Amino acid sequence: MNVAVAKTGNGRAVSDLFASAEGRLPGSPDVIAARREAFESYERLGLPHRRIEEWKYTDLRALVGEVLPLAAAPDAAALKRAADAVKAQAIAGACKLVLVDGVFAADLSDVKALASEVTLKALREMLDKDAGLLKTASTDAVIALNAALATDGVVLSIADGAQLSAPVQIIHVATAASASAFTRSRVAVGKGARATIIESFVAAGAKAYQVNDAVIVQIGDDADVAHIRLMDDAPDAVNVTSQFVTVGANTKLNFFNMTTGAAVSRLQGFITFSGEGSELAVNGVNLLKKTEHGDTTLVVDHAVPNCVSRETFRAVIDDRAHSVFQGRIIVRPDAQKTDGKMMTRALLLSDEAEADNKPELEIFADDVSCGHGATAGALDDSLLFYLKARGLPEKQAQALLIQAFVGEAIEQIADDGLREHVIGIAERWLEQRS
Amino acid sequence: MALLEVKDLKVRVEEREILHGLSLTVNEGEVHAIMGPNGSGKSTLSHVIAGKPGYEVTDGQILFKGEDLLEMEPDERAAKGVFLAFQYPVEIPGVATMTFLRTALNAQRKARGESEYSTPDFLKKVREVSKSLNIPQDMLKRGVNVGFSGGEKKRNEVLQMALFEPSLCILDEMDSGLDIDALRIAADGVNALRSPGRAMVVITHYQRLLNYIVPDFVHVMSKGRVVKSGGKDLALELEASGYTQFEDAA
Repeated sequence: MNVAVAKTGNGRAVSDLFASAEGRLPGSPDVIAARREAFESYERLGLPHRRIEEWKYTDLRALVGEVLPLAAAPDAAALKRAADAVKAQAIAGACKLVLVDGVFAADLSDVKALASEVTLKALREMLDKDAGLLKTASTDAVIALNAALATDGVVLSIADGAQLSAPVQIIHVATAASASAFTRSRVAVGKGARATIIESFVAAGAKAYQVNDAVIVQIGDDADVAHIRLMDDAPDAVNVTSQFVTVGANTKLNFFNMTTGAAVSRLQGFITFSGEGSELAVNGVNLLKKTEHGDTTLVVDHAVPNCVSRETFRAVIDDRAHSVFQGRIIVRPDAQKTDGKMMTRALLLSDEAEADNKPELEIFADDVSCGHGATAGALDDSLLFYLKARGLPEKQAQALLIQAFVGEAIEQIADDGLREHVIGIAERWLEQRS
Repeated sequence: MALLEVKDLKVRVEEREILHGLSLTVNEGEVHAIMGPNGSGKSTLSHVIAGKPGYEVTDGQILFKGEDLLEMEPDERAAKGVFLAFQYPVEIPGVATMTFLRTALNAQRKARGESEYSTPDFLKKVREVSKSLNIPQDMLKRGVNVGFSGGEKKRNEVLQMALFEPSLCILDEMDSGLDIDALRIAADGVNALRSPGRAMVVITHYQRLLNYIVPDFVHVMSKGRVVKSGGKDLALELEASGYTQFEDAA
């Protein structure tokens, strides 16, 4: 296959995309110049494909083909539809921050309800003041594309010592069909702060849209953070999200992701310990059906000694769906006493379901405890028969066992209300199985 | 009308015939013991009555309250009143015992067109039943059978039997893996459930269990058939003479 031709083909499409988007992109001429540079770097690479190791199982050229034009800024009708979708998704007690088709919608957000220790700005207001917002260490093509085209996002800063009782919920709503939304957000959590951040992705009637989101999370020392992501997009949507997380010293981070929608989705998380004595729990659930493709790729970088990381990933795959889990744990030469483990399990509900599990350990220190495990299999017939012999019809017996299977990951959510909300989404998914 | 009628049942597993024309009639209120050597087809019979997959019925009939049991899914059989107490109850990690019991009970009630139990009513009922069987509440808080001893697993089966109130209980090798104290506790639970409206089929290799659960009838199985039937004394006779005579007869 001729790689050069494919790249050119994609490059041309993106050139048009950038030219048509340029008028809508916020930022000073300097910012626009940086965007152009990012976009040129994307143009050189094109959409990731299977010959790029990190994207081996998620070939965006084959699965997505082209990047759709930017969604128009939402009009009154779009905002009305978004408001209804938000109402259905809102988590009781949470402060909502709503992004509609890639634009922060202050009127739909609980800006006034935010705690006084939280500072909120829209990304578009901040770009000229903070050039770092569009920069990340990654050379990944989709991240470069995000830097080039991000129209908005939220920039949150949680003060040192803040103890937030209410979660902050960032809700991405798509109302525009066959269009793309590029968002970038940053969350900075101060020293000793305690906070729960939720991100939800939903559709307000929109079909075949694309989401490219990037989030930069910086957590200070002695903090305690729960970060919950719920990717519940429309069944024909595409969602590629990149997360860059740095964790300070003596900090606890409990990260959870659940994917229950989108034709093609990928969450790529890059989590780096920057201070000693911290604990990270990463829990993920993919619930996939029909021909959905869901990819969770995590890189946990033990850059400093004495940190603990635990990854628990569960995939439930029905019909002809395809789940990918790539987990890499890097232990740098100085990171002695690292304790890093990951366990991934896939449950295949049909003969045509597919799971790819790729655990990787890169260990450069000699006094560490690291391990990984991976399994894939069907529901246990003896358990199914036991439940049926007690009166549960087949589907109900399956649902109970599937809930138990994903429960191990969901149980890690400490907040009762939030955990019930997540269980509710999983139950709805189970009820929709035909 | 008999509660359970097994007529000339022939069953295969893969290519091998296990039951070669077995017949058995059980009426309401009766306790039948089925004894026999290993491999005689006792457990196969219990599995086929409960509807376990993997068995092919090539001939014969099983009628339950006059209805064709073989046409029903396992869950439909449970809702009609068939209960199999498993020889080795499975562990189901992640499914809380209380959730399991409530889901199962309500699924059976729903299938029969009865109203489902509300959570408070259900809790009240479980508390009553578990108290009468001396089952500690702590056991109910764990995952289904997870980390249970052999005796606890069997007591959990008896608890379900008491809760679901089936009209036919099949106890498959209830004594296997139990010491004498655990056996006595489980058997006491079963005896408490004997009633004029409920029949039991007790499958066992050893006569020992029948000291605790005294049957009305004893059937000896060998090589896929019932080769001798009699009263409870037949079990004692077997204990003295062994199964060899029947293996020759079959």
